[in-house]
Amino acid sequence: MSTLLTVKDLRVQFPTRTGVVDAVRGVSFTLGRERLGIVGESGSGKSQTGRAIMGLTPPHAKITAETLNFDGIDLLKVSAAERRSLRGNRIAMILQDPKYSLNPVMSIGRQIVETLRTHERVSRSEARKRALDMLAAVQIRDPERVYDLHPHEVSGGMGQRAMIAMMLITGPELLIADEPTSALDVTVQLDVLAILDNLVRDRGMGLIFISHDLRLVSSFCDRVIVMYAGHIVEEIAARDLHNAKHSYTQGLLNCMPKIGADTHPLPILDRKPEWAA
Amino acid sequence: MTISLSKALVIDKLEVVFDRFRALRGVSLDVMPGESFGLVGESGSGKSTLLRAVAGLAPTTGGSITVNGKLLGKSRTKAFYREVQMVFQDPYGSLHPRQTVDRLLLEPLAVHGFTDIEKRILRALDEVGLGASFRFRYSHQLSGGQRQRVAIARALILEPSILLLDEPTSALDASVQAEVLNLLEQIRRDRKLTFLMVSHDLAVVTHMCDRLMVMQNGAEVERLSAADLAARKVTQAYTRNLLVASDGFVRPDIPAV
Ligand SMILES: Nc1ncnc2c1ncn2[C@@H]1O[C@H](COP(=O)(O)OP(=O)(O)OP(=O)(O)O)[C@@H](O)[C@H]1O
Ligand SMILES: Nc1ncnc2c1ncn2[C@@H]1O[C@H](COP(=O)(O)OP(=O)(O)OP(=O)(O)O)[C@@H](O)[C@H]1O
Ligand SMILES: [Mg+2]
Ligand SMILES: [Mg+2]
Repeated sequence: MSTLLTVKDLRVQFPTRTGVVDAVRGVSFTLGRERLGIVGESGSGKSQTGRAIMGLTPPHAKITAETLNFDGIDLLKVSAAERRSLRGNRIAMILQDPKYSLNPVMSIGRQIVETLRTHERVSRSEARKRALDMLAAVQIRDPERVYDLHPHEVSGGMGQRAMIAMMLITGPELLIADEPTSALDVTVQLDVLAILDNLVRDRGMGLIFISHDLRLVSSFCDRVIVMYAGHIVEEIAARDLHNAKHSYTQGLLNCMPKIGADTHPLPILDRKPEWAA
Repeated sequence: MTISLSKALVIDKLEVVFDRFRALRGVSLDVMPGESFGLVGESGSGKSTLLRAVAGLAPTTGGSITVNGKLLGKSRTKAFYREVQMVFQDPYGSLHPRQTVDRLLLEPLAVHGFTDIEKRILRALDEVGLGASFRFRYSHQLSGGQRQRVAIARALILEPSILLLDEPTSALDASVQAEVLNLLEQIRRDRKLTFLMVSHDLAVVTHMCDRLMVMQNGAEVERLSAADLAARKVTQAYTRNLLVASDGFVRPDIPAV
């Protein structure tokens, strides 16, 4: 399998008044045309890892890496303009917070159309048609109505799917999906995953799938990286996730409620200082 | 209407229309005091709208809502919000990022004219497992799970008897979710609260609720007990689809090209 992305010893630091926050502390992995899951608790550095690859780290933060290479391009050396163009055309990220990432004063349909038209020269009517098709593909009921709605007029899951539609319409080669289905009901969730799955299989897209839903990750991804306190504590084949070795991964699995299992209260994670080491 | 007197919440043939779009099409349900009732269903089916309608935040055009035996009118009184509080779906948007935790908790107390403010804030923080050291943090300095705890503390600080919970844990990782769910269960027990709770995670709903309603397209699909759902004793195809989908992704058997 050809390597699309190489990340070696990635570090992201935020200087703050009370000292430096080490958000990402030496993360290394490679990605081919496959589905790579990243799991781990809140604050473990999943989003900041994705943002660093995407070039969306806040400017005051410090990024270092031995290698950060996308398809032969050194991402740490390219100009800001090149980075922007990569971001528009070849690498896309579905951000964790759809309501923050969508423009509140522009209709959903227009946002998708504008994204498409900055990448491709298409007529207005063609762009509209493709936006509507994309909304239908992510299982939006009545795309014509939703096209004209503003972000505050759609439900949580509809906003999330609008964001997905916007990112997929440009056909990226690398997609970083940060909690893309957390607000979706389980059947729509699987429909969206099927779309992503097709893009990986048929178009050879590389997918980084960030999620806290371990059940979903283990059934959908090929490999999984488990992060804790800014670093990788375990990498494992997704289908073997239930046999994870690391006590942190096991702890995460144990605290999920299961249908029919009546455990009250739920087990909680007993965090060990050595996990952060 | 004598029956509804003993119920915490009765919703009868509720209709909500946005412009010309019917978001709720005659939905009915009732919740007993101290009960935890779940709402699951399709994204966009009207679950948040139902909670918002109870809280007086959605344009109802028909039907009725009765809370603790009192039929609600168009607007909500101050007294209503002492009985009913809501925790919103979006933990990032529901708390003002540039306000301290202290300000966020103080506001409802001030609005309702409480005087023992200091005591109540400290108790609320303690109750949701946030120490007093969090009191003067800004909400943008909190993690997702901590923010959700603040949102719950804010909802609880007026000591309501009914809590409307819209996806209280969907943005949280498994470990924080477990902590928040345990917290909610404990508070419900200690304070004899009534919950109306939305979640798309069937495991969360069966864990937290006694009965639930499955919704699709603004209407009820079926109503059943959590035990029946867990035992897969369901009558509607849509509910069965939800159960199947809850098992995770199944890759179709297509040979690679
Ligand atoms: N602007 C910032 N200034 C200081 N610290 C920050 C900033 N942005 C993020 N961090 C810190 O970086 C760490 C990693 O954050 P990140 O958003 O990557 O977590 P995450 O794994 O995506 O968590 P979640 O599951 O909650 O989304 C956290 O401790 C966070 O508080
Ligand atoms: N202010 C509004 N203007 C127009 N339509 C609205 C408005 N608020 C909600 N709707 C519509 O009402 C429908 C139900 O939305 P609601 O938020 O209740 O769904 P939901 O069941 O909570 O979905 P999710 O699981 O995705 O959060 C959606 O089709 C939505 O577009
Ligand atoms: Mg994140
Ligand atoms: Mg909702």
